[in-house]
Amino acid sequence: MSIFVNRNSRVIVQGMTGSEGRRHTARMVAAGTTVVGGVNPRKAGSTVDGLPVFGGVAEAMKETGADTTVSFVPPAFTKDAVLEAIDAGIGLAVVITEGVPVHDTAAFRARAVAAGNRTRVIGPNCPGVISPGACNVGIIPADITGPGRIGLVSKSGTLTYQLMHELREFGFSTCVGIGGDPVIGTTHIDCLEEFEKDQETDVIVMIGEIGGDAEERAAAYVRERCTKPVVAYVAGFTAPEGKTMGHAGAIVSGSAGTAAAKKEALEAAGVRVGRTPTETAALVREHLT
Amino acid sequence: MDLYEFQAKDLFAKHGVPVLPGAVAQTPALAEEAAAALGGPVVVKAQVKTGGRGKAGGVKPAPDPAAAHDRAGDILGMDIKGHTVHRVLVLAAADIAAEYYVSFLLDRTRRTFLAMASVHGGMEIEEVAATHPDALVRVPVDPLAGLTREAALGIAAAFPQPERVADVLLRLWAAFVAEDATLVEVNPLARTASGEIVALDGKVTLDDNARFRHPDHAALDDSAAADPVEARARERGLNYVKLDGGVGVIGNGAGLVMSTLDVVAHAGERFGGARPANFLDIGGGASAEVMADGLDIVLADPDVRSVLVNVFGGITACDAVADGIVRAFALLAERGEPVGKPVVVRLDGNNAVRGRDILRTAALPGVRLVDTMDEAASLAASLAS
Repeated sequence: MSIFVNRNSRVIVQGMTGSEGRRHTARMVAAGTTVVGGVNPRKAGSTVDGLPVFGGVAEAMKETGADTTVSFVPPAFTKDAVLEAIDAGIGLAVVITEGVPVHDTAAFRARAVAAGNRTRVIGPNCPGVISPGACNVGIIPADITGPGRIGLVSKSGTLTYQLMHELREFGFSTCVGIGGDPVIGTTHIDCLEEFEKDQETDVIVMIGEIGGDAEERAAAYVRERCTKPVVAYVAGFTAPEGKTMGHAGAIVSGSAGTAAAKKEALEAAGVRVGRTPTETAALVREHLT
Repeated sequence: MDLYEFQAKDLFAKHGVPVLPGAVAQTPALAEEAAAALGGPVVVKAQVKTGGRGKAGGVKPAPDPAAAHDRAGDILGMDIKGHTVHRVLVLAAADIAAEYYVSFLLDRTRRTFLAMASVHGGMEIEEVAATHPDALVRVPVDPLAGLTREAALGIAAAFPQPERVADVLLRLWAAFVAEDATLVEVNPLARTASGEIVALDGKVTLDDNARFRHPDHAALDDSAAADPVEARARERGLNYVKLDGGVGVIGNGAGLVMSTLDVVAHAGERFGGARPANFLDIGGGASAEVMADGLDIVLADPDVRSVLVNVFGGITACDAVADGIVRAFALLAERGEPVGKPVVVRLDGNNAVRGRDILRTAALPGVRLVDTMDEAASLAASLAS
């Protein structure tokens, strides 16, 4: 069935009328995604490339039966956009926007929890989710590879593309870009849990990077709960302490959050960790051939 | 962005957190003046963004202005854990009866905010946690509800003056929220002999993503001044971090660039320990201009002996990247600084075939096209050794 998105997903785009939103809406549609409309309170009633624009998420859901929203709105308006989606009770909110203040992310994450986790938030600062051949929500290129039986979860967009490319002969059930911010809506563990249950996924690839302890906690989860093989890659061994490496959450603070500690924790949990993306792909291949 | 103590103190004062009077000085003479203006004994404190200043000899009492002059002379120019002291804070001395610890921070693991407090302060928080674990109060603070007076009183319950400490906590929380901080720490929070509660030191980290709603925060940032190449990169809006090796690295996307650094260092083990010279992320959807700017910046670094361009085009089009490389070579030749260093290029993804064709046709001196990331890293490392 893949995870989070499939061929039945009905998607609306918050920020569809902006240049990024419009461009990526066209790409999502071209990839076979059922995009049913967009949201912009100031342009309600108009259409963009034949798709209706609604005044709000709740209205769009009512009119179109949408169950998924993807947001391209600028950082200053992201908090309100995601709160609106949560309050409307949509099932999945994918937040692509980069540069969202962490106080805003913490606020919408708290609202999602307070609303009983009806809404799964993915991101912010992420490339989105793709179930190749079925549904593409976000900006992951749909032409790298097709459907297959590998599940992938990653903090990094371009490393997701790199691994999809390396393993293109096998294809993927679902690839989830969870984002590299210090607070994110969906974690490695959330994805591992879903992939473990997913009958279309045989092998799981987990990509991490410096900062925080999400990989260490994911390692503990794998040891206790995962029966499917998990292969990992961690970026940032050469990152100096105290410097933010591109992603807002990618920072080694003192001795915490190092790539070496993450690799060690994963290996201690029986997860094989590749030294390069190519070596990681080779480890995955062993489980498939 | 981390703040200096004196900046944290200003920020506290702005939000009504009690602080002692003081002034920043960049010379011993100015420290003497500041001490004279304050009157009475002072403490001269090194302003560096690292812990352990006291142990390193960077914090000294001075009974009078002449002593402040001498202590500032000792401290200015000192190296504390790799940070050179360019400024001291001359702070009125306080008659301290007790030292506490309080902070608010982003708890990444629980994805919420956390208040921490202890009646044992004045030492590093790790030490507070290790020596008095039972006295360390840790209370999550909901980002939506914020810190209520009741919650503040709860956190301060073990303190001798809970009401007064709660007042300080509420003001500190207001600063944490209003300034988009991810850390505000007061250590020590002191009780003076006369019973006042005052912040004697401050550590603040601000969220760079929130700069759009804090135009005043830009003035607090001097991190780019530390490295001239970093400063130039920042002027052009590039995400650049200087490292210590000889292989210049340019890529797209933070994760792929971090990974490229690692793969270079890994390959470098076979070539005399060649290591990456920098992190440079040209971002998603990069144009030819951005690529040309990036190459210009990396080639200007005298430590760079070879360059590796590693791009996997998702949104970024590889033909635009190739155009940028061609353009940078032309620009530098025009400027009379033709590229003399080898540039290894690996392009994959969006429009990769077209990008490779552009580079093959241009036949730029020193540019080598390589098919895979690992081979590209090996070649760049060998060329830098």
